[in-house]
Amino acid sequence: MLAKRIICCLDVDRGRVVKCIKFLDPRDAGDPVELAARYNVEGVDELTFYDITASHEGRQIMLDVAGRTAEEVFIPFTIGGGIRTIDDFRAVLKTGADKVSVNTAALKRPELIGEAAERFGSQCVVLSMDAKRSADAPPESPRWECYINGGRVPTGVDAVDWARRGEELGAGEIVLNSIDADGTMAGYDIELCRAVADAVGIPVIASGGAGTPDHVYAALTDGRCEAALIASIAHFSAHPIAEIKDFCAQRGVSMRPTAPPS
Amino acid sequence: MAKEVMPDIAIIDYGMGNLRNVEKALARVGGQPRIIASPEEADGARALVLPGVGAFGQAMDRLTESGFDRLVKDWVRADRPFLGICLGLQLLFTESEEFGPVSGLDLVSGRVVRFRGPAFEPDGDAPGLKVPHMGWNRLNIVNPHALLEGVLEDAMAYFVHSYYCAPDDPGWTAVTTDHGIEFTSAVARGNVFASQFHPEKSGDLGLTMLTNFVRLVHAAGSRG
Repeated sequence: MLAKRIICCLDVDRGRVVKCIKFLDPRDAGDPVELAARYNVEGVDELTFYDITASHEGRQIMLDVAGRTAEEVFIPFTIGGGIRTIDDFRAVLKTGADKVSVNTAALKRPELIGEAAERFGSQCVVLSMDAKRSADAPPESPRWECYINGGRVPTGVDAVDWARRGEELGAGEIVLNSIDADGTMAGYDIELCRAVADAVGIPVIASGGAGTPDHVYAALTDGRCEAALIASIAHFSAHPIAEIKDFCAQRGVSMRPTAPPS
Repeated sequence: MAKEVMPDIAIIDYGMGNLRNVEKALARVGGQPRIIASPEEADGARALVLPGVGAFGQAMDRLTESGFDRLVKDWVRADRPFLGICLGLQLLFTESEEFGPVSGLDLVSGRVVRFRGPAFEPDGDAPGLKVPHMGWNRLNIVNPHALLEGVLEDAMAYFVHSYYCAPDDPGWTAVTTDHGIEFTSAVARGNVFASQFHPEKSGDLGLTMLTNFVRLVHAAGSRG
């Protein structure tokens, strides 16, 4: 039986890991190469490197930093941020990434998903989406809208519809970022997780809001997600990764055991 | 005192996937890996690694065109240190049904078949197991091997594949894993080991296995 996964996310801005709150006010969280090495040792199941300003600034991802980070990683590694073309995919895979995450460019030109899946296989195409609750939707039937350019620009595209479309086009999994919950450490948007996870057959990764092991547990159970992405909770060492995994495992979630301290 | 010579490990580059991750993991555990693009470059190497992701048929074509098929066959038959990973395991088998049947290297008698059966079909609300089998799954060691030393009973490794190997002789099976069916996730015999999972992506467990491999290469070299 496949284990549920804990994924550490390194949001990188000009070579440093930062953590925002609701996509704003980045605060420094450390060096990506050092953090990657630390999380790799602490037993996280995957790492994601995200250049959070590449897309907004219309520039290429910082391949040198991503590559140096990849050198420290002996678990599955995803790179994203500013990916627009098949050549971008190829360049990022060459630095040592196993998967490539697309967001803004896929919303602007959805065919990119299919082209990448055909060329490199669905297993390495991750559709990342930034979703925000629509203020005009009634609480009993919430809706979420996708944003692009690092949460700066609304698109009018419904998050659940876009997830379905992404799966049809060939995405291998979906990273579901809640703009409302990002960096709050107040818990994932479980309703959003569930709405998307129920709509697609591919794995959905909850992202945004993790502050306690219980939040992670909720995403993997009530939220029906296959994986939970964490950032603040790991960077600021509120809860070690082993504690989060143990918490979930003790409650019956299949997790990869972390190595006992040697 | 004589300086200890590090085992020289040749990684076969036949255009099937990124080899950098395998190379850097072997280097991390004290091996001396180098990527080779032709069989002649294997001269002087003490171990051979066959990685690979992609389609079986295309991989066999490339092995044959480059002459690597001959090298791998001779190497494995001579029981020299060998590590196959993912497609590098499957290619050792007689044939694969992926876009085929397609003939393989036939070093291990058996077939490579796709995950199928009731466990993979939706059942009411339950969606059924997924193909590709992708993620962390448990290893059950059924036949101990030097590469598995120090691998704990409940250890998990990282998999990405849609087809699995079914050896005719169960004696080949070193490790099994459950994904709708209990399948062979690694084969081993003598100095030859090949896994469906990716040691270079399996964290501590993978690095332990690769450390064991480097040690085995060294031991095999000093005997010869």
